[in-house]
Amino acid sequence: MEQIARAAIAILFDGVAYGMLLFIMSVGLSITMGLMGFANLAHGAFAMAGGYVLVGLMVGIGVPFIPALVMAGVIVAVISIPFERYLYRPLYQADELDHVLLSIGLVFMATAAITFVYGPSTVSITVPDYLNGQIDLGIGLFPAYRTFTIAVGAVLILALWYGFEGTIIGAKIRAAVDNRRMAQSIGINVDRLFVIAFALGSGLAALGGGLAIEIIGMEPTFALTYLVFFLIVVAVGGLGSIRGAFVAALLLGLIDTAGKYLWPDGGAFFIYAVTVAILLIKPMGLFGKA
Amino acid sequence: MNIKKLLIGSVAIFALSLGGASAAKVKIGVVLPYTGGAAQFGEQIDRGMNLFIQQHRAAFGGHEIELIKRDSKRPGGDIAKNAVQELITRQKVDLLTGFVFSPNAMASAPLITQGKVPMVIMNAGTAWIPKLSPYIARVSFTMWHAGYPMGGYAMNKLGCKTAVIGFTNYPPGKDSRNAFTTGFEKAGGKVLEAIPMGGPRQVPDFTPFFQRVKNAKPDCFYIFVPAGNHAVAVVKTYANLGMKTAGIRLIGPGDITQDTKLQSMPKEAEGMITVHHYSADYKTPVNIAFVKAWKAAYGADTTPDFMGVAGYDGMAAIAHAITAQGGAVTAEGTMKALSGWSYDSPRGKITIDPETRDIIQDSNVHKVVSKGGRLMIEVIDTIPQVKDPCKAHAIGKCK
Amino acid sequence: MTHQADIARRYMVARENWHWGEALPWLAIVAAFFVFPDYLALGTQIIIAIIFALSLDLILGYAGIITLGHAAYFGAGAYATGMLSAHLGWSEPISALLFGGLVGGALGLVTGWILLRYHGLTLLMLTLATAILLQEGANAAEDWTGGFDGLVGISFQPLLGSFEFDLWGKTYFCYAVAVLLLCFLFARAVVHSAFGRSLAGIKGNVERMHGVGTPVHGRLVAIYTISAAMAGLAGGLFAESNAYVTLDVLSFSRSGTVLIMLVLGGTGRLYGAFVGTVAYMVLEDELAKLSPEFWEFGIGLLLVVVVLFFRRGLLGALEDARARMGGLK
Repeated sequence: MEQIARAAIAILFDGVAYGMLLFIMSVGLSITMGLMGFANLAHGAFAMAGGYVLVGLMVGIGVPFIPALVMAGVIVAVISIPFERYLYRPLYQADELDHVLLSIGLVFMATAAITFVYGPSTVSITVPDYLNGQIDLGIGLFPAYRTFTIAVGAVLILALWYGFEGTIIGAKIRAAVDNRRMAQSIGINVDRLFVIAFALGSGLAALGGGLAIEIIGMEPTFALTYLVFFLIVVAVGGLGSIRGAFVAALLLGLIDTAGKYLWPDGGAFFIYAVTVAILLIKPMGLFGKA
Repeated sequence: MNIKKLLIGSVAIFALSLGGASAAKVKIGVVLPYTGGAAQFGEQIDRGMNLFIQQHRAAFGGHEIELIKRDSKRPGGDIAKNAVQELITRQKVDLLTGFVFSPNAMASAPLITQGKVPMVIMNAGTAWIPKLSPYIARVSFTMWHAGYPMGGYAMNKLGCKTAVIGFTNYPPGKDSRNAFTTGFEKAGGKVLEAIPMGGPRQVPDFTPFFQRVKNAKPDCFYIFVPAGNHAVAVVKTYANLGMKTAGIRLIGPGDITQDTKLQSMPKEAEGMITVHHYSADYKTPVNIAFVKAWKAAYGADTTPDFMGVAGYDGMAAIAHAITAQGGAVTAEGTMKALSGWSYDSPRGKITIDPETRDIIQDSNVHKVVSKGGRLMIEVIDTIPQVKDPCKAHAIGKCK
Repeated sequence: MTHQADIARRYMVARENWHWGEALPWLAIVAAFFVFPDYLALGTQIIIAIIFALSLDLILGYAGIITLGHAAYFGAGAYATGMLSAHLGWSEPISALLFGGLVGGALGLVTGWILLRYHGLTLLMLTLATAILLQEGANAAEDWTGGFDGLVGISFQPLLGSFEFDLWGKTYFCYAVAVLLLCFLFARAVVHSAFGRSLAGIKGNVERMHGVGTPVHGRLVAIYTISAAMAGLAGGLFAESNAYVTLDVLSFSRSGTVLIMLVLGGTGRLYGAFVGTVAYMVLEDELAKLSPEFWEFGIGLLLVVVVLFFRRGLLGALEDARARMGGLK
């Protein structure tokens, strides 16, 4: 009995931590796809950029982990603005195929550029001691770094929730997701909203990429490898729905963790099977609008 | 006047290149991953090869060599095979080398038999590969060089009565699982469980697998993951789950304590026991000189690992084959030259087994120790001159 | 008849008739055989990629179906042909190839019937996940597929009993070109048939085609099945010419690459598959030789440039240039 309880707690905890990480990295993609209708396959490249900026800051100039994490998010968010302005914006009216190709082209370029600068190997960082090892949460010992990841995820969710539900900008973004033309006709500057949403999404991805180094590693092929997971989160959650992305990411994290724990022979089978099943039943995702 | 000078100059160069009267130009096709997630291996081997060439010009017996490099990219087989075909038919290479991934070597085997071009494998470690063509020789290792002795050592010296195996679910992983299981059970140990931990293409989140192992409480946890990115994640997860304090010993082949990855590992790596054939920390004079030359050539922050050594030794083998045949390289001639060839490598004495064309080398027991805040490998035991146990015991496809 | 309808009719007739320019790619292929005898192995791989891209053009260019999982059918064909030889010892190449096409087509029929009820991102994800599930399945069924190490032991008799398969790839090149020609003629007939035109209608305006009573789903499944069978043939050829099949045939990157090749050449014009594939593979071959580490950057840049400035692909750009020159006259 104790064995089962311990297994259940482990699965729950690790699943939530992994889910949080997926959420942080994918939520921006959900926003941009819902708001601008742009299938941005290069979203993972921004996450990867975050990871490498973090490494550059920590290893290169010795910035401590947490400030470096925040800085990585901000820096990548700023870098992403010209991308939106000059590469993505001209194509908002084009069809999905063009979106797919442009962003895949960017992924290739990012991968090559990162290989050129950092080499092909995995990079790693040294996190502060208090994030290593186990931490006592009162109900038992838990891996400290994962606890930290869950905490960061929780803070971000609250901030996003407040940002979208409690501020004018959030209301405008929600209005534009629901009906862009209507939003435009009542005087909302949609172009500016796009920039803000895009930069925010890229910055969050970068933050996630920085967090991910300790959990799933970071290498130049990261952008393509994890792209599929980001797309699954967005598709299963429903375009443009933050709540959807959150639920989908948690679901995915839990299913993946439980699958690995209980049936390791199954490989990655679980995630894809569940994705197909959900999409067959709910084509617009769990929280998408028809 | 100027023209005349120029003419004389060029004649001089011509005469110089004729210096060795019988000097031939030998074309060597190199098939390695230069892009993608495995590019780090291509880089290691490439550097090893180049270091040997720079240091030992004379070893080639005055024959000029030309390296024609092709990118095998992925372990899919097809890209490497097309590269090999192009190297044989279009570039007319005399010799092929490289090959990080087993499937790529396997896919190319029929071509080299047909085209009669010898192949010197510098990594690909699936045990039965040399059986696929009479023109394959291997200077790297097989999974059994490490896994099989580790099994016996774990039971007899480390006192592990039970073990759980975690392995990356692809043929080298299964090979390693079988090797350890055979060695461990022969010594009287009991394998509680063998857990496949995802594919080789991406580093998984190891936590759920390790949680399962932690709850199973074995004495030893034997892990095989592909060299490269997986190892750091393995040790970090082991540390973060507090498995060391729970009394579970982490063991495995040397891929999980690869030299190039050691400094990225947490302090819990200390005390890990692995079996392998090379570490940059070996204290032999040959190796100290080798590591020094490597750092001088590629930077103080770089380290050779077993792949770099395989590239170095592989080029030594090739140089020997070229010289022994007087520059006229054939498949049969190369195999004859390499058969029984011995070399004083940075990893110790290596020999190509005349029977199997596979390598014979020491399997060393490595212990991770901390010296001056730096994690290092210390050799605590040696199983001398191991012939591939898979073929020696005629197991499975090695028959 | 209204003026517009007349123009449309004449346009259709003009497209259906053979144009002299269409001989060019075929002449180029014949010329390649004689001019580049050392490059025939690469040539065979290019021909196989063209067949694969052509199959994608049928659904993407003519029916507007965007997929990120077309490798599923290529891989199914490759494994079908390969396993027929490796496990059952069947070594007659033409029938084994047809078997590959058949298996690809059958898989296309079943998956298409289910998946083509969906659109947009949902369809993208479903096609992607289907191909990955298949890849996972092939990895798990190691006893049959050889798993990660690949399927070894494929060997075929000489073609038609007398043309030996050689190391230099002459036979395979001719064989692959023959298969390409047949696939092309078939594809051309399909897109210019009444069925093909109804697909164009579906692509242009689904609602209207529903309105006039066209069985939209049935038509889409039909073209999807044809396309999958053709992809299966390409896969079968791949298995025969390489005598080796690995999980790579089902990979996401193969699905992505074929899409890139096709769009590079231009969709909905059959010859786009030729131009795009040749451009991509030759460029990749050359760039990789120049600097194996960084060929990716060049390909990525090319994609970005094509999307931003030549949105209708290389062939589209060519047509635009010609139209502009015609306007100057």
